Amino acid sequence: MSGNAVIAEAAIAAGCRFYAGYPITPSSEIAAVMAEELPKVGGVFIQMEDEIASMGAIIGASLGGMKALTATSGPGFSLKQENLGFACMAEVPCVVVNVMRGGPSTGLPTLPAQGDVMQARWGTHGDHPIIALYPADLTEMYWQTVRAFNLAEKYRTPVILLSDELLGHMSERVEIPDASELTIIDRRKPDVAPDQYLPYDVKTELVPPMANFFEGYRYHVTGLTHDETGFPTEDPDLAEAQLRRLMLKVSANADDIMEWEEDGLADAEVAIFAYGAAARSARAAIAELRAAGIKVGLFRPITIWPFPEAALVKAVSHAKALFVVEMNMGQMIREVERGIRDVPIVGIHKVSGQPIDPEEIVLTVREFLEGKVTLPQKAVYQMSV
Amino acid sequence: MSFNYETYLRNDKMPTQWCSGCGLGNLMKAIIRAMTDCGIGNNDASIISGIGCSGRMSSYIDCNTLHTPHGRTLPYATGLKLSRPDKHVIVVSGDGDSMAIGGNHFIHTCRRNIDITLIVANNFTYGLTGGQFSPTTPANSWAPTAPYGTLEPQFDICEMAQASGATFVARSTVANLKHLTEMIRLGLEHKGTSVVEVISNCHVNFGRRNKHPEAPEMVNWIRQCCVDQDVIEVLPLEDLEGKFVVGVLSKKERPEYTAQWAKFVEKVQHEH
Amino acid sequence: MSIRRDRYEIRFSGEGGQGVILGGAILAEAAILHEGRFAVQSPQYGSRVRGGPTKVDVIISDLPILFPRATKIDFFLALAQMSYNKYANGLADDAVLLIDANLVPNVNENGRYVHRLPIVEIAKVELGNEVLSSSVALGAVIALTGIVRPDAAWKAIEARVPAKVKELNRKAFERGLKAGESLKG
Ligand SMILES: Cc1ncc(C[n+]2csc(CCOP(=O)(O)OP(=O)(O)O)c2C)c(N)n1
Ligand code: SF4
Repeated sequence: MSGNAVIAEAAIAAGCRFYAGYPITPSSEIAAVMAEELPKVGGVFIQMEDEIASMGAIIGASLGGMKALTATSGPGFSLKQENLGFACMAEVPCVVVNVMRGGPSTGLPTLPAQGDVMQARWGTHGDHPIIALYPADLTEMYWQTVRAFNLAEKYRTPVILLSDELLGHMSERVEIPDASELTIIDRRKPDVAPDQYLPYDVKTELVPPMANFFEGYRYHVTGLTHDETGFPTEDPDLAEAQLRRLMLKVSANADDIMEWEEDGLADAEVAIFAYGAAARSARAAIAELRAAGIKVGLFRPITIWPFPEAALVKAVSHAKALFVVEMNMGQMIREVERGIRDVPIVGIHKVSGQPIDPEEIVLTVREFLEGKVTLPQKAVYQMSV
Repeated sequence: MSFNYETYLRNDKMPTQWCSGCGLGNLMKAIIRAMTDCGIGNNDASIISGIGCSGRMSSYIDCNTLHTPHGRTLPYATGLKLSRPDKHVIVVSGDGDSMAIGGNHFIHTCRRNIDITLIVANNFTYGLTGGQFSPTTPANSWAPTAPYGTLEPQFDICEMAQASGATFVARSTVANLKHLTEMIRLGLEHKGTSVVEVISNCHVNFGRRNKHPEAPEMVNWIRQCCVDQDVIEVLPLEDLEGKFVVGVLSKKERPEYTAQWAKFVEKVQHEH
Repeated sequence: MSIRRDRYEIRFSGEGGQGVILGGAILAEAAILHEGRFAVQSPQYGSRVRGGPTKVDVIISDLPILFPRATKIDFFLALAQMSYNKYANGLADDAVLLIDANLVPNVNENGRYVHRLPIVEIAKVELGNEVLSSSVALGAVIALTGIVRPDAAWKAIEARVPAKVKELNRKAFERGLKAGESLKG
């Protein structure tokens, strides 16, 4: 099963019953599987006129009570940003997949890249909360897709599931869990009388319950800054309180949201930071270096946003160097630098449309250990491979 | 006996933020009257509006209301309707909202013939942002972004709707509440995409620059420009110049999208 | 021939439309579903819809596979000259090549073992349809490498091809197996 097919299957298992999308390589197989499977389970599939409309449609469907998904790649991800911001602001759960390809613009449509990780964080305007997950193998892809829906429902917020062309189109052995092994979370509904309902309460809890449309709780949903009842306000205290609550939904629950993998870091001389497809290159390089007696370990964020900074700092602080491996010109490395103070950081970045060959990492690590890479203290040495 | 709007109004949001004499007030009355005539309960309808003066409509009517980004009403409405085909989805959008930034969504929603009632408040201008010209501004009009007069020709919203496949297309104006209510009622009753264009007065940002600075005069002017659909056949063509043809312009039967989807699901489930 | 059990790398290459990517998927599925081993299949599409060079890497192992692209290719299949030119890189020194005898005239053997078989001609002329090329090729590859059992490969093919053409594909696969056996000598 390809990575894209895994996402579609897992989405349905997670309870997704609505898909809206616009075809784009390398994500289109997700739409194709959804088109085939959703009618079988009584769901809805619709191909919209563009990505703006697709994003709008999933928000509409989610307000009507359906778990909803859209999938796209770079150019389409850009178009989704407007309505993605609405979903953050109006607190509408939904899942957006971005199977990354080379950019900018139309870029390299059939080749993998990781150039949208910062767009995933800051793509829509204004301060906003975001959750982004990025698995590195297809069994994990299944679990993280289910988790994406669960987090969206639990925190009433859009969740971005990142993938890349390599993961999307490759297939490997996938352990599909039995439905009974999955925990499925649904949005919490209000239990007060309709006239007591505060869909955007700022006082009692970070995530107020969500009423679906047409269930008797008539409220107002808007992208304008709003008060507790959902109606527009410019009251400075309320405006501040609402946005702070939105951000806190994610930051105060970061421990629940963040997942990462640490592998072989305890005794590691050298640490590698990598995620998604690049983490596979890193793992292969680590296996080779370890076989040669060089102690190398991996820190791999699975939750990209919020960024597991404290865990990273703790896990790699004793290393002689931290290598950051990414299929972009250096994006998450800036995030890594914000946390890491005393460990030299070396970037290995590639934007050729080809995955990073593990040998390239092995070589750079060896060169570093042989003292061939001279590091200005705390600065980043950009290795071009 | 005067009509009681209370059951559908969010009374705590009154008075509205619209300028005094703005045609959108009458449009709101007509929507509420039509909903009442059709017996649509507050819980069973959603009003979705975009950004603009017309976009404020969703704040005032007491049902499930949604205020989308500029131009995006129809995709949200499509998703919502598909998730609850049994409910009424009513979209209120401006001429800029539905014809410029949302033009593509307009075309494709009509093409699908999904059961949504789209009410386009056509005030010939971008009211909220200060009267810039819109796709329906008549040529040679004045606007802040057309200080020497507009060059561009205008869209005919109803022709666009018909060409795109909407199965119910009507035009009315805020100058005739009874007629407007009737057109919206027929739109609500129709199964499929209904487009009701409503000529409305923005005397503040359009009229002021284009010889209609006062609401009553502008409404009167709109009234005088109306020609009923029933009589156009017998009128000489030159008499239609600059007029608004009002009434039901077209009504067709074509399979409705959510009903088609339901049938399709049944078929697929039967085969698998 | 003894096969690397820890990581055996195969690359199928050809022209878009010849079914090489499907062939790769079938091989990986045979290994995973019918032999319980680990395999990854990682295609590279060209941006052209038809006719451009395409390739798929299949890696089969007894252990989980980390990097999903071939880095030291053990077995290379080429059904078109342009795909040979573009993708015959990263070959191991002892790599084995299977090339279409008619369609890939220019090969740099470099001391490697090169098998030649008129795969597309067999599919087109003998069996009547060019789309059977990938089944013929699969048969030959399996005979030459023994990387998966023929019955496992057949089960995987069966699951992927439409019922109408199942028999034709069986013929093509068996024809490929036989041809591969005789190439081994
Ligand atoms: C993406 C975006 N672009 C521009 C605007 C600014 N804007 C707000 S309302 C509006 C025009 C509204 O005109 P119309 O739809 O005709 O509605 P009216 O105010 O006349 O009722 C514009 C351009 C916006 N809110 N969002
Ligand atoms: S600006 Fe025009 S459209 Fe807007 S409220 Fe005033 S009169 Fe009405």
